[in-house]
Parts: sequence; structure tokens; C-alpha cells
Amino acid sequence: MTEFLQQVVSGLASGGIYASLALALVLIYRATDVINFAQGEMATFTTYIAWTLIDQGLSYWTAFVLTLAIAFVGGIAVERVVIRPVERAPVLTIVMVTIGLLIVFNGAMGWIWTPELKSFPSPFPSRGVEIGGVVVSIQDLGVIGVSLVLVALMYAFFTFTRLGLSMRAAAVNPEVSRLLGVRVSWMLALGWGLAAVLGAVSGMMIAPTAFLDPNMMQVVIIYAFAAAVLGGISSPVGAVVGGLTLGVALNLIGTYAEFLGSELRLPVAFAILLAVLIVRPSGLFERAVVKRV
Amino acid sequence: MPLLELRDVQARYGQTTALHNVSLTVEEGRVVAILGANGAGKTTTLRAVSGTVRRSGEIVFGGRSIDRRAPEAIARLGIAHVPEGRGTLSELSVWDNIRMGAHIRRDRRAVKSDYARVLDYFPWIEERRRQQAGTLSGGEQQMLVLARALVARPRLLLLDEPSLGLAPLVVREFFRIVRELNEEDGLTVLLVEQNANAALGIAHHAYVLEVGRVAVDGTADELQRNESVRKSYLGY
Repeated sequence: MTEFLQQVVSGLASGGIYASLALALVLIYRATDVINFAQGEMATFTTYIAWTLIDQGLSYWTAFVLTLAIAFVGGIAVERVVIRPVERAPVLTIVMVTIGLLIVFNGAMGWIWTPELKSFPSPFPSRGVEIGGVVVSIQDLGVIGVSLVLVALMYAFFTFTRLGLSMRAAAVNPEVSRLLGVRVSWMLALGWGLAAVLGAVSGMMIAPTAFLDPNMMQVVIIYAFAAAVLGGISSPVGAVVGGLTLGVALNLIGTYAEFLGSELRLPVAFAILLAVLIVRPSGLFERAVVKRV
Repeated sequence: MPLLELRDVQARYGQTTALHNVSLTVEEGRVVAILGANGAGKTTTLRAVSGTVRRSGEIVFGGRSIDRRAPEAIARLGIAHVPEGRGTLSELSVWDNIRMGAHIRRDRRAVKSDYARVLDYFPWIEERRRQQAGTLSGGEQQMLVLARALVARPRLLLLDEPSLGLAPLVVREFFRIVRELNEEDGLTVLLVEQNANAALGIAHHAYVLEVGRVAVDGTADELQRNESVRKSYLGY
């Protein structure tokens, strides 16, 4: 039982990271019906920026906050410069553009920071604490805490602020939103900014355990994508639940189905995902779109 | 000076010209109706005003030229367009729809009192504020978008076929409220309607469009007396 709980907590920690990146994907998907394939590379890129800032002598949390600000502005800039010109193009065109972005970011990182592995500091000590007989690492708890705070902030922003509401309206119904005075195009840009912030957090949370290299997020983005689909691709709550579920499931499979080895962990996880989608094709949390005809 | 003036406005969808040469004026505090058959260009006229169709010619609102402005900028000048098919933000809650009406306003206190005012008109909104707007009935959605337009405190309200698909009782109630808003608050309305009887019932002035042109215009009384208008649009 103790081991089970330990694995659940550590699964929640990786799940929190998947959830943050999944939330980033959902944010952009809801507004544009496009999966941003470059989300993972953008996250890695911002993690490199954090690494540089820390390398220059800034404290972890100063670098953390500064990186989020840079990610926000950078995300907006990417949308304005790269996505805006193809805003009205068919979805496939935009998908191709995001794949292009992925390649550009990946190449740029290798060029600026070299493809060599870099170790990234953790703000949390790696020792464990005992909570009710279960030993969990402070690192895991910290990651879970950061993810929860992030999700809570996003929820509050979209629920209670005027800007968050306008962004939701622009995402679900751009034409009507325009008639209500919403600057829809800017709302999309803001969405890219927020998604980049979410990605930056996930990158900085995973880097201490995964080492930093240009391909760091390439597996994580697949998990995040799976989490988003599991939750019902356009549901933010679904992305979070999907991410946490996937994190825990992967960890438990690794612990209790050792015969699968680490190679088969991923395929098994995806088989489960597939089974869920067969039963609920639109994911766990997809709200049916109600349309009167 | 009229609140809204269209001079020789043309509009097209791709290759098709929908408005040939429409000129009309809306005086402040008036209800003006645009009547006409399907395809006459009624909806397009409203879309030309709100900037949601490619148009040329002159459109002046409150002394400012708006014929080159984007829809969101026009909305911010105080034109609330309730489009055909209502334009409910169907995935959002009822109350979030109302909040969206006021999102361009900065005078928080006045917004609060306007919330209270629309709840006076539509008390059911309070009880169902958390309900997903798309699950409301057609009549409720039409009332909801009217309420949403009102909290924007528009200087001009554009209503596109509000009676479409609604039960006669609901239509009557809807127009009663619009008339009350006009009489008590001086709300200016430009109304597009197929239901000419209902429209002339509250309009001061009306224009009849035929294939993208103004065919006749006059006061509501004049049009009701005009034999060809009566036969073609009023059915008696």
C-alpha cells in the first residue's frame, strides 16, 4: 500500500507536467482548432532561457518568473509574426506552419546552446519527507504544488476576469464576439502567450529530472497530447485530469507490470487510452456542443 | 444630424452584389424598420453598418465615418448588432453571455445597475444564470441576446429578424420590450423584419428594400396606407 501511494504521488508529479503542457495545447486548440506541434520545442526553448539566466547568476525563482514573462511575450510574438499571416488559411496549412516552427526552434536550440546535455537545478530538495507513513520526495510535492497553483490561476483567470471571458468567447464564437467588440485576433495572440507560459513551466519542472537538451520535450509532448485527447481535446479540465491520470497510470504500469519493461510502458499506456476513447470517443470531459437547428 | 446615415452603400459577397445603392437615415430615439422579401438585402444592410460584409459608400454614425472600420471597432462606438440566428455564445453560461455584453464598458457601477435593470425585464435570467446558453429555448435565447445587447448601453441597436422561429406570443412580448426601451430610454433601433405587421407596429419610419435597392420609404402610417406595400408585405 505504501509503495502504491508513493508511486501515485510520483505519478501525479509527472502528470502535473503533462497536464501543464496539455493545457497549453488545449488553449490553442480551442481558439484555432489546431494542435501546436511546436509547443514542446517552445517549452524547451524557454527552459534554455531559464538555464542561461541561472547560469548568469540569477536565483532560481527570479529566473523562473523572468522566464515566464519572456515566454509570454515570445508566445505572443510567434503568433503575431508566424501564425497571423496564415490565420485564415486552411487548418492543414497552419498545422504545417507549427511543424515548421518545431524544426526551427529545435535547430535554433542546437545552434545557440549546443545539443550537449545540460543539468538544470531544482528549486526543491531531492530528499523525501514522511507523510502518514508514506515517504514522498519534496521534489515531487513541489512539482505537484506548482502545477496545482498554475491550474488554479488559469481557472481563476478564465472564469473571473473580463479578459479571460473575452478569450473564451472569442474561442467559441469569433464572429459574434467581434460584434460585441472583442479584438478576436489579439485574443488568439494572448492565448499563444499563455500557452507558452504553461509550456515554460512544464519545461522547467521536468528539466531537473530529465536533463536539458533540444529534444527534451519530444516524449512529453506526446504524453501531453495523449492527456489532452483523453480529457476531450477542447476541455481544460479534461486536460488536467487526463495529464494526472496518464502520469499515475504510467507510473503504476512501470511498478506493477515490470514484465513489460520500460520499452512497453508507453504502448500499454496508449492501448488503455485507445480503450477509453473507444468507449467515450470524444474523451472524458468533452462537453457536447449543443446546437439548435 | 441623424444618428446613422447610409449614403449610396453597396455591398457584395464575392462576385454577387447584395446591395446596389442603399441610402437611409436613422434619427436618434427612433425605431426604423427595414422590410422586404427574402434576398432583398435587409440583413446585408445591417451587416454593412456593423462592418461584417465588404462594403463601399458612406456610412456615418454619430458624425463619424465608420465605413472602413472593423466590426469590433464599430461595436466599441456603441452599435450593438443582434445578428440573424441570434448569436448566442452557446457554449458559455447564460450569465457569461450577459457579462460579454458589458465587457467593453469601464464604468463598473453603471454596469451593475444595468445588470439589475435587465434582470427586472428578464427575471428568469437570474434563476438560470449558470445554465449553458445553447440549451435555452429559441425565445429565451432571443431575450438573452437582447439583454446582452442592452447591458452594452448601445447608442444604436441593430435587430435582425428577431421574430424568426418564435411563437407569436413570444414575438409580441419581445416587441413590447423593445418599444418600452425606446419610449422610456430613447433607445434607437434599426430593425430588420419579415413580419412587417409586427415591425410597423413599433417603427416610426420604414424602408422597403427590393433586390438591393430602397423601393419605398415613409412613416409607418404612410406605408400601412400604401396599397402596394400593403398587398406585398402586409397581406391585406
